[in-house]
Amino acid sequence: MNFEEHAAKPLLARHGIAVPRSELAHDPVEAGRAAESIGPCVVKAQVPTGKRGKAGGIKLAASAEEASSHAENIIGMEIGGWPVGKVLIEAQTKIDRELYAAIVNDSATKGPMLLFSQLGGMDVEEAAEEDPDAMRRVPFSIIDGLTEKNAREAVAGLELDAVEDQLVTTLVNLYKAYRALDAELLEINPLVITADNHVVALDCKLTMDDGAAPRQEAIVPMAAPEKRTELEAKAAAEGLKYIELGGSVGVIANGAGLTMTTMDVIAHYGGQPANFLEVGGEAYTKAKTALSILLENPNIKSLLVNFCGAFARTDVMAEGVVSAWQELDPDIPIFFTIHGTGEDEAIALVKERLGIEPFDLMDDAVKAAVNAANERVST
Amino acid sequence: MIPRKHHKILVQGITGKQGTFWTSAMQEYGSRIVGGVNPKRAGSEHLGVPVFASAREAAKSEPFDISIMFIPPMMAKAAAIDACEAGAKMLVCLTEHIPAHDVMEMHVAAAANGTQIVGPNTAGLVTPGECFVGIMPGFNHRVFQPGRIGVVSRSGSLGTLVCLNLTQQGMGQSAFYGVGGDPMIGTTSADAVRILDADPGTDAIALCGEIGGSAEEDAAAYAKTMKKPVVAFIAGRQSPPGKKMGHAGAIVAGGKGDYPTKRGALEKAGVAVADTPSGIPSLLKERLTSSAA
Repeated sequence: MNFEEHAAKPLLARHGIAVPRSELAHDPVEAGRAAESIGPCVVKAQVPTGKRGKAGGIKLAASAEEASSHAENIIGMEIGGWPVGKVLIEAQTKIDRELYAAIVNDSATKGPMLLFSQLGGMDVEEAAEEDPDAMRRVPFSIIDGLTEKNAREAVAGLELDAVEDQLVTTLVNLYKAYRALDAELLEINPLVITADNHVVALDCKLTMDDGAAPRQEAIVPMAAPEKRTELEAKAAAEGLKYIELGGSVGVIANGAGLTMTTMDVIAHYGGQPANFLEVGGEAYTKAKTALSILLENPNIKSLLVNFCGAFARTDVMAEGVVSAWQELDPDIPIFFTIHGTGEDEAIALVKERLGIEPFDLMDDAVKAAVNAANERVST
Repeated sequence: MIPRKHHKILVQGITGKQGTFWTSAMQEYGSRIVGGVNPKRAGSEHLGVPVFASAREAAKSEPFDISIMFIPPMMAKAAAIDACEAGAKMLVCLTEHIPAHDVMEMHVAAAANGTQIVGPNTAGLVTPGECFVGIMPGFNHRVFQPGRIGVVSRSGSLGTLVCLNLTQQGMGQSAFYGVGGDPMIGTTSADAVRILDADPGTDAIALCGEIGGSAEEDAAAYAKTMKKPVVAFIAGRQSPPGKKMGHAGAIVAGGKGDYPTKRGALEKAGVAVADTPSGIPSLLKERLTSSAA
């Protein structure tokens, strides 16, 4: 779950990190009004993606008129595939140095890690790739948290003089925010030292762990919307993991690994998968809902049902698919391959109610579905 | 470790619907279930075994080697730490969607107590002919047969398919090791390959990977040092970057964790990579024949 700058920065401020004064604006008039009270400002496109500056989505404005005209240009732009619907009007900051700081979940150490660089600003990732020493990595214990000692280690030798203590406090506060927000990634880039020696967060990127959503109810509504098609949004509302892929062979499988594999095998035999749709895990009783959503995609020319039931019972899933199939009566061919928990009942059910013989080998089922789809696409 | 029929198993959350269903299935197959946990039902009996208030309480009267958790995500951390502190040698954590910060705390408790965590988000382990610990169709003889191929998989469903393919080709399994689809798992694919490499009952290994993270690259680095043949399949070649493909760990982000990188690392390490899961058995046969020659 991603948070745009305007949503993330107040969360930083709540944990004692200084951020510039700002107001959110949805149109040029609001932007002008905000700039009037803020003074010389930066107009910043609000989209949940990076490289906004390079795309022309961040502009300096000396006056309210200028802010308003920048807002007019920026709102309606598309950055990284996201339409810009709002801008942040933020007070300008006199920058002395630009730093980078982030705390991330590190899968190698199975714990949190502080990332710190004195090469803040744009292109920090590229800079770190060229010069790995430019990014300092400090793994630390989730039990003890980020200590002052960890933070001092991260900033050692950077000739920070008067601001070192302030910076150390900022990093410790960044950890407190990371913890409180169940962040996967909490990044400040740039973290600046101002001309008058203050440490201020000029931007913030927050990715919250989806698994923590049930205990983060207060901030979940502030998250940026996911980039989804209409059908993807509908599936998400039903608690289904559905991703449109543009091909012609529809896929219903259980489990993430088997679903991805089914897509790969379809491509291997010369077809194109229409979707990722997983009905395993907790969703294994939702086969009916899943099928009706999938059939709304007009590009689907054949449907492949691949169940290899472990936790998910194939008889329950097959019952759902068969019932929905009979009810919706779609004009495309369907192919089954079923193994694992409940397979005898599931196979009998498909034979009896649809008069279709499931394939014993997955590869044969895939080939049949691909051929059927390719024939129907070409005619 | 590889679960054996002599290992004593505790089931946390034994009285729930899934806990009950899978505990019976495990018992029927031969897994040695010695007790269960449910604080509200402590002192009673369920499926013929005593129910305790906690894993620590259970350890006092029914020592166990392995604990398996049927516990919802928000309560998983406390249950896992309880099992570690009770001295579990192995903890099988099936739960998906445990908050990542909680998972980190679980790993700290495991390290402090010498517990091997399998998962989170694993479908468990099967030792064909002996026992199974998890939510795998261990009891399905068309899928699992005793033999000498070790199987490691991030996904339960793909692992099931691969074991089925092996059994169809007359190749039984020494062990199935489901490591889990989460990004921060206790026993990594490389760890599981190492465990099977050390197992005298295993002649060769089938590794089922997927996009995201660096588990396959790490396993490749270890495979380079091995004498036993390793054959792999990696799911997700057709998956678009930047999207989580069901598993929290299955995402190609910032150009990392993609299919070509993983396949390249494995092939460079001498691991044969199959284009489809059905290609695994023949590649294994080839490698086993040439390594015997």
